[in-house]
Amino acid sequence: MTDWPILSTVTFLPLVGVLLLLLTREDGPFGRRNILNVSLFTTVFTFIVSLFVWIGFDNSNSGFQMVEKHNWLGTGISYHLGVDGISMLFVILTTFLMPFCVLASWNTIEKRLKEYMIAFLLLEVVMTGVFVSLDVVLFYVFFEATLIPMFVIIGVWGGKDRVYASYKFFLYTLLGSVLMMLAIMAMYWQAGTTDITELLKYGFPAGMQTWLWLACFAAFSVKMPMWPVHTWLPDAHVQAPTAGSVILAGVMLKLGGYGMIRFSLAMLPIASEHFAPLVFSLSVIAIIYTSLVAMMQDDIKKLIAYSSVAHMGYVTMGIFAANVQGVQGALFQMLSHGVVSGALFLCVGVVYDRLHTREISAYGGLVNNMPKYAVAFMIFTMANVGLPGTSGFIGEFLTIIGVFRVNTWVALFAATGVILSASYALWLYRRVIFGALEKESLKALLDLSGREKLILYPLIAVTIFYGFYPAPIFDATAASVDMLVNNYSAALAAAKDLALNVH
Amino acid sequence: MIYKAIVFLPLIGFLIAGLFGRSIGAKASEYVTSGLMIIAGVLSWIVFFNVALAHGEAGEVIKVPVMRWIQSGGIDVEWAFRVDTLTAVMFVVVNTVSTLVHVYSIGYMHHDPHRPRFFAYLSLFTFAMLMLVTADNLAQMFFGWEGVGLASYLLIGFWFKKPSASAAAMKAFIVNRVGDFGFVLGIAGVFVLFGSISFETIFAAAATYLPAAGAPEASQVIANIFGMEVTKSGAITIVCLLLFMGAMGKSAQFLLHTWLPDAMEGPTPVSALIHAATMVTAGVFLVARMSPIFELSPNALLVVTVIGAITAFFAATVGLVQNDIKRVIAYSTCSQLGYMFVALGLGAYGAAIFHLFTHAFFKALLFLGAGSVIHAVDGEQDMRYMGGLRKHIPVTFWMMTIGTLALTGVGIPGTMLGFAGFFSKDVIIESAYSSHSPVAGFAFTLLVIAALFTSFYSWRLAFMTFFGKPRASADVMHHVHESPMVMLAPLYILAAGAVVAGVLFEGYFFGHEYLEFWKGALFTLPENKILEEFHHVPVLVAWSPFIAMAVGFVTAWYFYIKSPSTPRRLAASQKVLYEFLLNKWYFDELYDFLFVRSAKALGRFLWKKGDIGVIDTYGPNGVAARVVDVTNRVVKLQSGYLYHYAFAMLIGIAALVTWMMLGSSI
Repeated sequence: MTDWPILSTVTFLPLVGVLLLLLTREDGPFGRRNILNVSLFTTVFTFIVSLFVWIGFDNSNSGFQMVEKHNWLGTGISYHLGVDGISMLFVILTTFLMPFCVLASWNTIEKRLKEYMIAFLLLEVVMTGVFVSLDVVLFYVFFEATLIPMFVIIGVWGGKDRVYASYKFFLYTLLGSVLMMLAIMAMYWQAGTTDITELLKYGFPAGMQTWLWLACFAAFSVKMPMWPVHTWLPDAHVQAPTAGSVILAGVMLKLGGYGMIRFSLAMLPIASEHFAPLVFSLSVIAIIYTSLVAMMQDDIKKLIAYSSVAHMGYVTMGIFAANVQGVQGALFQMLSHGVVSGALFLCVGVVYDRLHTREISAYGGLVNNMPKYAVAFMIFTMANVGLPGTSGFIGEFLTIIGVFRVNTWVALFAATGVILSASYALWLYRRVIFGALEKESLKALLDLSGREKLILYPLIAVTIFYGFYPAPIFDATAASVDMLVNNYSAALAAAKDLALNVH
Repeated sequence: MIYKAIVFLPLIGFLIAGLFGRSIGAKASEYVTSGLMIIAGVLSWIVFFNVALAHGEAGEVIKVPVMRWIQSGGIDVEWAFRVDTLTAVMFVVVNTVSTLVHVYSIGYMHHDPHRPRFFAYLSLFTFAMLMLVTADNLAQMFFGWEGVGLASYLLIGFWFKKPSASAAAMKAFIVNRVGDFGFVLGIAGVFVLFGSISFETIFAAAATYLPAAGAPEASQVIANIFGMEVTKSGAITIVCLLLFMGAMGKSAQFLLHTWLPDAMEGPTPVSALIHAATMVTAGVFLVARMSPIFELSPNALLVVTVIGAITAFFAATVGLVQNDIKRVIAYSTCSQLGYMFVALGLGAYGAAIFHLFTHAFFKALLFLGAGSVIHAVDGEQDMRYMGGLRKHIPVTFWMMTIGTLALTGVGIPGTMLGFAGFFSKDVIIESAYSSHSPVAGFAFTLLVIAALFTSFYSWRLAFMTFFGKPRASADVMHHVHESPMVMLAPLYILAAGAVVAGVLFEGYFFGHEYLEFWKGALFTLPENKILEEFHHVPVLVAWSPFIAMAVGFVTAWYFYIKSPSTPRRLAASQKVLYEFLLNKWYFDELYDFLFVRSAKALGRFLWKKGDIGVIDTYGPNGVAARVVDVTNRVVKLQSGYLYHYAFAMLIGIAALVTWMMLGSSI
């Protein structure tokens, strides 16, 4: 049992679902139901299997675990999988969110349901693949491949401006990808290996790090997204179907953050330190700028999309603070944001399904006839605002502390996000939920259905549980983050010594 | 165990009423939450006797670990309770008032359809407040801090159909967040300076933190905070000021006070519990709790004193002319909080907590009494439509009178005869006089003036409400009725507190039993001798609050009983001043212009001009313009573009692999 390739299983298990779906007929009497059941069963089962990764994970081991390695074509490229404390929980996050995506699409997707579900299952495969890859080429293939299903999901099942949105999404990410591909080639050229574990130990020369860093940063900052390459995100979110938004905000944005930790920070420490001020500036701008922009939106989804950009600003800031609090805070913030922003998009989906509009002004006074919905929305709003006792607080708090240790100005400006996030989130809540129920169109709305409760209640439980007891996440990430931070400081110290000796 | 019970009983009440309120019904929710609060209230007094009034060693604290929380590098925070005298005092204040407010609300909210939700929120608030006062570290305190903020937000906006209530709730939360902005940075600063955010470690390190004067270390720069090269003492000043910013937000101090009067949109019992007796005193508690580091920074204490004195004065001036009965009391609260901060700033931490303690009784009494008045006149809050109610609701009248006597500090100087406020307020005023702080004179002057104003607006409230001719409509006057027993009983208990809390406890809080009582829970430097010195003030100073009180009383009597036309004439002749006060020094207008409107304008500008105008135009749209012709021709996306992309990617990968194979073979 110990040799069982668990990571491959988790990664490729959804393909079994894809296969089954291909064999299912959509137009049959039970076609639709079968497709949904197969998809739901596949994603839930994958999630359960993925929990064994967490159970089997050794918290005290800072290196990669559950490693699988098969050489491929004798090129030095290998099929190499493994997880450490940094990547493991992202795998869980991915598999955790998928069943909710299936549930959220239960009634809303009317055409081509089969293809839709296949796209989602394939998306799950490639997203998981990104997090477990230990070979740069494999990583790159998965990283790029995430674009295709997402592109399809937005382009086919999206709203009325879906073509524009998907192209914007595509153009931005393509630009970053090309540069990253060049970086990967250069890495291979220099180090003679595509193995991430080897590259982590390699130590690129300082001059080269700068260029590699910039190329990687182009790819990751677009995915993140960081200011000023964020404008694809609001459009993509607005046009994507609910489940697409959940995955986009919940997992796809994290690919960027994961890449920054794994590549930029761990492999290119000297350049990371050199460029940290740049990242800090962009992060702070992102936090303040996008929060202000979020405040003025009249589309609920756009507002939440902008708030995601602001929250990712804490992540990038924490990562490049490069101390334990910063990096762990960033990791926590990403995981928490995955759940919370996913949940917020699901909340928007709940009312969108009823009224088919995302205009804030179309709503008001929902608390009168949808009290359960109001409670759920309140909890996620508070988590988004970073209220202690929800998971949203811990990441924000730790990244601010982490960055305060490095640069107090950055912490000062970042902390304004505390005020701004409350402003846009509560204002949204007030306009949508509070007030008297006066609009005729809203009076017939029903409270959460059984399916919607099944979606939102577990997410509430997770949000609050990790707000009060985040220890499992800290335990899992601590060893790897410690090692990362130590290696980082050791590399910087070595570089300084070298510089002293030369002069 | 008893500590866990005190803290978690309200939580259990919240969960039961919150989750099952609809199924068990309003009556059951009321009884469950109130019953649990009564138990917690009784246990609190037991703890008060066992911890505060019992003999014990200095520095003795009880630590009750509960659960792990955040462990990340040097941050090692767990959920734990730290119980010392300061906590025990807060236990008594919070749970007594909360219990009484729960009971009172059974009567007051009788007609409200959302009672389970109301009681759930009240209990949630109590839980959060208890987490705040039992906190063992700054993160947990911040949890309670934000938790009470959330409960306050929910309760102010309880009547969600009223747009003004929703707006007030939002304003309260956001203005508090401005304070929290400082608080969070302060916590980060404490971590950087002390390597920990748990009180035990901070306090131990603080004792030896400052280098001796003249030591080489004293002038050594240890950090760069916000561009300033600071020494150890400079760093601690910055950290204290950041923490104090949090306190200013929560305790509605000058500049961050604007949310408190608006918070009166909430139901009156909420105003009594949250916006008078407990939550707004959290800032005072924070500074008292952090006294070991505040004491190290004379400059930070100077700021605390000045802000406190200005608040005491400013809020009192605004209170003079307000017509809404609750807003008068709200400004009075704001002003009294200023007194507490002055005491803190002078290093008289015991006096501040003493005033907090007595204030909780008489201010909650006044608010609940005002609630009883509002209940009697059918929801009217404007005092111009009251008057002559004394005969109709005599019990409420007498209770309010006791509250007013306590608030204005009626008592005979030099004796032990007086209401609660007499003791605590006089202690603060005398401390202000005898302190060596450079701003002591400033603070003393403002406090005495504020005492005069306090007396005036308190008696103005009493006269306008209870005396003179009825100004309410005959219909309303016909229905005026005394409140039921369930509302009056809490008033009796609070009135008893407002009478005796001062005389009974002065010796403990700020007198002979000081050391024995506090057991080191409040830290003062050896140089801080204010406890001994404040007694030795000139007779005139000792009598000054009494004189101020008497002048205020007589003026109010003249204005509102003897010659009721005077106020109108005065307002007409001093129109500018009157408008200035009535409009609360135009702070709301100023902030609306400076922050709200400009933030909205900036947000719109960045969105329209930044995102759409610049980034999109020169970024993706520029590129997309090249492909747009192609897009137009292709109707269905999946018919080709996707495959093009996939194909391109495949080619790319193929190229990469080929190149690598070649590369490896070379």
